[in-house]
Amino acid sequence: MAVTFPDFIVTKLDWIANQARANSLWPMPFATACCGIELMATASSRYDIARFGSEAMRFSPRQCDVMIVAGRVVMKMVPVMQRIWLQMPEPKWCISMGACASSGGVFDTYAVVQGIDRFIPVDVYVPGCPPRPEQLIRAVLDLQDKVKATGTIDGREFAKRNTYEGPTPMARELDPEDRILVPGDFTTATRLRG
Amino acid sequence: MPTFAEALNKQFGEGKFPTQKFRDNNRVIVPAEHLLEVMGVLKSVCGFDMLSDVTAVDYLNYPGAVDRYHVVYVLTNTGTAERLIVKVPVNDPDPAVPSLTGMWIGADWIERECYDMFGIVFENHPDLRRILMPEGFASYPLRKDYPLRGRGERHNFETVLRSDS
Repeated sequence: MAVTFPDFIVTKLDWIANQARANSLWPMPFATACCGIELMATASSRYDIARFGSEAMRFSPRQCDVMIVAGRVVMKMVPVMQRIWLQMPEPKWCISMGACASSGGVFDTYAVVQGIDRFIPVDVYVPGCPPRPEQLIRAVLDLQDKVKATGTIDGREFAKRNTYEGPTPMARELDPEDRILVPGDFTTATRLRG
Repeated sequence: MPTFAEALNKQFGEGKFPTQKFRDNNRVIVPAEHLLEVMGVLKSVCGFDMLSDVTAVDYLNYPGAVDRYHVVYVLTNTGTAERLIVKVPVNDPDPAVPSLTGMWIGADWIERECYDMFGIVFENHPDLRRILMPEGFASYPLRKDYPLRGRGERHNFETVLRSDS
């Protein structure tokens, strides 16, 4: 914070901000596949995620707090997903919905990314294929608990998460002659060099 | 309307192109240099007015195979619901086949898909580039020598850390 407040005031401000943010998590529905249908079902009247504060599913990332990645993400989509994530203003969180977004699901192929947490920082994972709406609501409630437990009014806790949190890259699953020689960069990621 | 066998025999001579049959699946094997003529005859004389699909088979390591690829064209007669399969053998290096976009405009994207997955070039195609895989992708995924999990291209992206954004 620009001005230094005494700690007991900062904790009270954090508490107020966490209550406000946790109870009004507006989702950015990044629905790529079948989990998107369950996301829509969760938003509709029978399971109603709006009861828990996710009132507005805005499709503009600039106006959202939570990115819910629902469905398998292919390699062509990864830069798009990262761009949407970077366009969301802080504070923001990510829910990885379904088996495909969390780990690639049943699709262990050349085109499907084996878990979006390799490229995006994820806060809550929801298993299922697809997860039932109740499971997604549980994930939102877990995220609310996480925000209330670790949130700060100025997002100090995000700066501390500066290490890779995804799965260990399993280099042993490729033969030496199949492994690429040069790691890619963001814009030319699919050009094999070497 | 003549059957495809009668029309081809009349146009090109008896038994010029080998045919195969299994139940109701009829196939003709046509070399690439005769493809456009044969397709023209089938379309105009036999009434096969719809090109349903263009795909390929990779016979690498197949016992008894002679050519590496067969490009498979599936023709449909929308009047009689009859289907015919035309197979064109092609080989490495530089597998190439004439494009059918002149006769069926719908061949445009399905030939692009066949190129993307197998690397078979369609000559005189108006816009031959990848359609399913990303632009800079360097391999042809449905060939038999390409591994199912790929060669690491799917994870060849930078990670966005929580503290970056």
